Amino acid sequence: MGLKTPLYDTHQTLGARLVDFSGWDMPVHYGSQLEEHHAVRQHAGVFDVSHMTVVDISGDQAGAFLNYLLANDARRLSNIGKALYTGMLNFEGGILDDLIVYRTEAGYRAVVNCGTREKDLNWMAEQAKAFECQIEEKPELSIVAIQGPEAIELTRSVVNETVQQVISELKPFNGLFAEDWFVARTGYTGEKGLEIILPADAAVGFWQQLLEVGVRPVGLGARDTLRLEAGMNLYGSDMDESVTPWQSNMATTVVLSEDRDFIGKQALIEQQQAGVPDQLVGLVMTSKGVLRSHYPVLCNGEPVGEITSGIFSPTLGHAVALARVKSTEGDMAVEIRGKAMPVSVVTPPFVRNGKQVYSL
Amino acid sequence: MAEFPEDLKYAESHEWARLEADGTVTVGITDHAQDALGDVVYVELPEVDAEVQAKEEAGVVESVKAASDIYAPVGGRILEVNTDLEDAPETVNESPYEKGWFFKIQPNDPEELNNLLDVEDYQKVCEAEDH
Repeated sequence: MGLKTPLYDTHQTLGARLVDFSGWDMPVHYGSQLEEHHAVRQHAGVFDVSHMTVVDISGDQAGAFLNYLLANDARRLSNIGKALYTGMLNFEGGILDDLIVYRTEAGYRAVVNCGTREKDLNWMAEQAKAFECQIEEKPELSIVAIQGPEAIELTRSVVNETVQQVISELKPFNGLFAEDWFVARTGYTGEKGLEIILPADAAVGFWQQLLEVGVRPVGLGARDTLRLEAGMNLYGSDMDESVTPWQSNMATTVVLSEDRDFIGKQALIEQQQAGVPDQLVGLVMTSKGVLRSHYPVLCNGEPVGEITSGIFSPTLGHAVALARVKSTEGDMAVEIRGKAMPVSVVTPPFVRNGKQVYSL
Repeated sequence: MAEFPEDLKYAESHEWARLEADGTVTVGITDHAQDALGDVVYVELPEVDAEVQAKEEAGVVESVKAASDIYAPVGGRILEVNTDLEDAPETVNESPYEKGWFFKIQPNDPEELNNLLDVEDYQKVCEAEDH
């Protein structure tokens, strides 16, 4: 018996298969993970992600605090509405979590992972002591994500005028308040869509309205295949405290500049100078089979790493994976149940706008 | 609610076996198994004419969640395999007892079917697993 979001009863009524996800009872699918995946790529799907953690940061030095806390440069949030994807590192450069931060009127809003909630909140509270700022978790809020080519249009058709207006103004990768709803054009699927943070008591009604106009409920199983096709990392699988952003295909989310110190900066510089030991790469296997976490990766027959997360890609019809490897200079293979199966290395993402991105 | 046809024999490893009128045995995986596996994406079938023994690996079913070995419920020669599953692996989920069959065996010893479970005992196996 785990924690339940306000949509728990709704998921049950919809016939969801519920599983434990970091202590929460969440829907892994509502019948077919494959169909739900296709629904998001082709039409629109809705996800309950209320298990994630919303944190508001305010105060005179909120900006200075985030500049120090985060590997990406929070000064890039030059206007209210802008959002930033970043790692939050420890002093060794290891990744504590990945998160999105939005600049709001009152300061900043961050959405962090569910499994790392306690660790993140404790860490942030500790690091914030040196700054004039307040950190407030918002557990009374739910999060509903609507993703797919029809997601924005269908969402507009059910929300009130204020929210409609905000949706019309929203630029990609921005988030704005619409009264007590927070609406963002962000997502974890590679499709266009919205992530809406709203009062918990509005979640069920909103969800029902979306279903009534044809948005399909989508579980965590499809969420994983969608994000991996889109080349997005999953904390805990693709990275953790034992690796740096350099080792996690997150170099573009780190800003090293002389005029800013941040937690982990020195360690990152040192690792770059010493030589980064491995890289997170994309792998594609066109022969039959599924690539799964922890399968060994071989280069010219020698073990060079392992898969961090792998799936059967519903959009592509074969397996793709992310893997952390020491080398890609040679013939690459993955060991599956004792057999070395050839794979190709590609730079993620694998899918964009519903189509294969790479060529082999 | 999973389906449990009464006229089949079952293995604890979640295969079903149907003795046909011509003495051959058709084999597949149960509704309980396909539900637990989730969407099936690949099926590895045995070679036609291969000899298998009871409880020996005779194939693999790969789903979005996991890969699972299929065990021959009785020993014999593989007569036919369901090549439809190559292009439409989801048939295993949609019709586990009919269109989703895996292979047919010419059994060496039809008495081996008696070593399998009947529907009630198989249901108990499933109930024990689900708790």
